[in-house]
Amino acid sequence: MKDHVRARLIKNYIFKGLVMLFAFISLLPLLLILYYITKNGISVINWDFLTQLPRPIGEAGGGVFNAIMGTIMLIVLSCVFSIPFGIAAGIYLAENREGKLSNIVRLCVVVLQGTPSIVIGIIAYAWIVAPLRTFSALSGGIALSIMMLPVIIKTTEETLKLIPYHLKEASLALGVPYYKTILKVVLPSGLNGILTGILLSVARITGETAPLLFTAFGNQFMNWNIFKPIDSLPYRIFYYAMSPYPEWHTFAWGASFILVVLTLAFNLIARGVSIKWKIQF
Amino acid sequence: MENSVLTVDTFSAFFGDHQVLKDVNLSVPKNVVAALMGPSGCGKTTLIRCVNRMHELLPDTKVAGKMFLNEKDIYTMEPIVLRRKVGMVFQKPNPFPTMSIYDNVIAGYKLNGIRHSREDFNNIVEQSLRSAALWDEVKDFLHRKGTFLSGGQQQRLCIARALAMNPEILLLDEPTSALDPKSTSQIEELFVELKKNVTMLLVTHNIGQAARVSDFTAFIYIGELIEYGPTEKMFTVPKDKRTEEYLTGKFG
Ligand SMILES: Nc1ncnc2c1ncn2[C@@H]1O[C@H](COP(=O)(O)OP(=O)(O)O)[C@@H](O)[C@H]1O
Ligand SMILES: [Mg+2]
Repeated sequence: MKDHVRARLIKNYIFKGLVMLFAFISLLPLLLILYYITKNGISVINWDFLTQLPRPIGEAGGGVFNAIMGTIMLIVLSCVFSIPFGIAAGIYLAENREGKLSNIVRLCVVVLQGTPSIVIGIIAYAWIVAPLRTFSALSGGIALSIMMLPVIIKTTEETLKLIPYHLKEASLALGVPYYKTILKVVLPSGLNGILTGILLSVARITGETAPLLFTAFGNQFMNWNIFKPIDSLPYRIFYYAMSPYPEWHTFAWGASFILVVLTLAFNLIARGVSIKWKIQF
Repeated sequence: MENSVLTVDTFSAFFGDHQVLKDVNLSVPKNVVAALMGPSGCGKTTLIRCVNRMHELLPDTKVAGKMFLNEKDIYTMEPIVLRRKVGMVFQKPNPFPTMSIYDNVIAGYKLNGIRHSREDFNNIVEQSLRSAALWDEVKDFLHRKGTFLSGGQQQRLCIARALAMNPEILLLDEPTSALDPKSTSQIEELFVELKKNVTMLLVTHNIGQAARVSDFTAFIYIGELIEYGPTEKMFTVPKDKRTEEYLTGKFG
């Protein structure tokens, strides 16, 4: 009897130990990546690296200012395109839970979420780059905004579905028109969830490279015109890493470090928003 | 019928093919509490939601017959205009969670974009909260969220929010059913005080509550208005056998 209990206890310990071990092993790649990027990248980071433009081949030094600004511009552009459409679609789905159009939209969202980013890049190329006959920040922003859409739509829908119906009723019973009820009562009550979704989708696209290769393209100069090619951190990393120059290789690590820090920051802010701004019903 | 704030004239309501209200006639005079009582599922909620046309938000509803608010036909008014004249308090307290106590009280103005001076709003907030017997409890933290209040306080905040619009009638759908006994009796006292200025239609399935606060009582049974009259009379000499059975607790 006693032995029986002991054997079971030992099995429990072994099981717990194994689960912990595997959990740790699955974390290992992430930790190694962070370690490696920090080790190789942090030595390059200094004021010049952050504020100077890339130098021509053969000249030492320079920085990735244009790539940082380009990535920020791309994020802003893709937010401008994706947020209104994404939130509107999310509202529609939350307000019309059943119905043909809702189901079609939901299916499209799933398909869009599964579409490889390179394919979205080709589409942006065909729709915007080809007709305008130039690579541009605009086309990159649109490609990335298409990638943001499914996340924003889904989180908006799920957030708004959780908002109690009696809040909407309270507003409508005060004679507030339907559209104002949605904009002034329902949306603000779900703001933290929607913001979290936006931040997570921004984190998702910050490091996207494939769709930028034939849309935003890359630009070794600083460019503020959205109808011209623009640089970005992922593109700069790709460009430097593929070069034969050792100094550029270390620059690629430095740019990677900045990119990882940015992505991490978006994820952390998203967590903060979702906890701190939680609305209590 | 004259001088009545609300007149319900052979009114019927349907969910799809299911007739929920059958030829209801009712008239509520000014500055009284009229109670609607009856077993659950008999159509009380449906009846008061027809008064501010909230039932129209549900799919597949239709009505027949007429309702008048101060002699104006409710069903030819714009629902939005109507709802600004009719206050509603729900079963579950539902203050707006994103708004302060202050903003909750004037939510009807703010959300509708009706502008007033800061001073006027201050007055409206104070008066409404005083009328809802909540002013003394919250006057020192008007700018905190309304959702931090207790259930009973939240419900009084919702009453203040409805009163702030100067409603011609106040609809209350079992406003105390989610509250503890102490909050319930506070709110019942409030109704007695309020009826000096406000006409109220109160749904309750608590017979005692109807007896304590109402001047008129309607007894509804499976969509039919069985009996309507002064509360005292109905509770002492009910005309209909079903009313008597309900009052003596035979069903419900
Ligand atoms: N949304 C709805 N759809 C269909 N039937 C409903 C709906 N709401 C209420 N009913 C029906 O209407 C009748 C009256 O309901 P209700 O007015 O809520 O009763 P009470 O408030 O007296 O409990 C019930 O038989 C109920 O099943
Ligand atoms: Mg009810």
